[in-house]
Amino acid sequence: MEFALHLIRWFHVLSGVMWIGLLWYLNFVQVPTMPKIPDEMKPAIGKHIAPAVLFWFRWGAASTVLWGLILAWMQGTLGSRLAIGLIEGDATTAMIGIAMWFGLIMALNVWFVIWPNQKIVLGIVDAADEAKPKAARTALLFSRTNTLLSIPMLYGMIAAQNPPF
Amino acid sequence: MKNPLESLHMTVILGVVLTVIMVLVALGIGSA
Repeated sequence: MEFALHLIRWFHVLSGVMWIGLLWYLNFVQVPTMPKIPDEMKPAIGKHIAPAVLFWFRWGAASTVLWGLILAWMQGTLGSRLAIGLIEGDATTAMIGIAMWFGLIMALNVWFVIWPNQKIVLGIVDAADEAKPKAARTALLFSRTNTLLSIPMLYGMIAAQNPPF
Repeated sequence: MKNPLESLHMTVILGVVLTVIMVLVALGIGSA
C-alpha cells in the first residue's frame, strides 16, 4: 500500500509538472512573445507548436487531477480535504483542501473553457472569423486565471507536506 | 476599465495576494 501511494504521488507530480509547466510556458513565454514574431513565422506557432502544447497541457491536467484524487482517496482523506478541513478544524487539511479545489477549478477551465476556445482560435473547429478574437480573449483570460490560481494551489500542496506553522 | 488579468505582472501579484488569503483562511479554520 505504501509503495502504491509512493508511485501514485510520483505520477501526480509528473503530470502536474507537465500541466503547470506548459501553462507557464503559454503565459510567460508564448503569449508575450507572439507580438515580436515576424508575421511569416507566426503560422509555425498556430499550426504546429500550439496544438502540441495544448495536447500535453489538457491531458496533463486530466492526469494530475485523476492521480491526485486517487491518492487522496487511497489515503482516506478525500472527504476531509474536499471539506477544506472544516470537519476536523485542521489548518493543514484546510490548506491542501483549498489547493485541491483550486486545482479542480483550473482543470475544469482547461477542458471546458480554454480548450474549446483554443479550437476556434487555431481553426481546429469551423467558426466564423468574427468569433476568433472573442475566443482568443476568453482563452487568454481563463489561462491567466489559471496562472493566478496556480500560485496558491502549488503553495497549498507543498505546505501540506511541509507546514509553515 | 482594463481587466487586471491582461497584465502578467498583475496576475502574479494577485496570485501572491490570494496565497496570503488562503493561509489566513486555513489558520482560521485550524483555530476554530
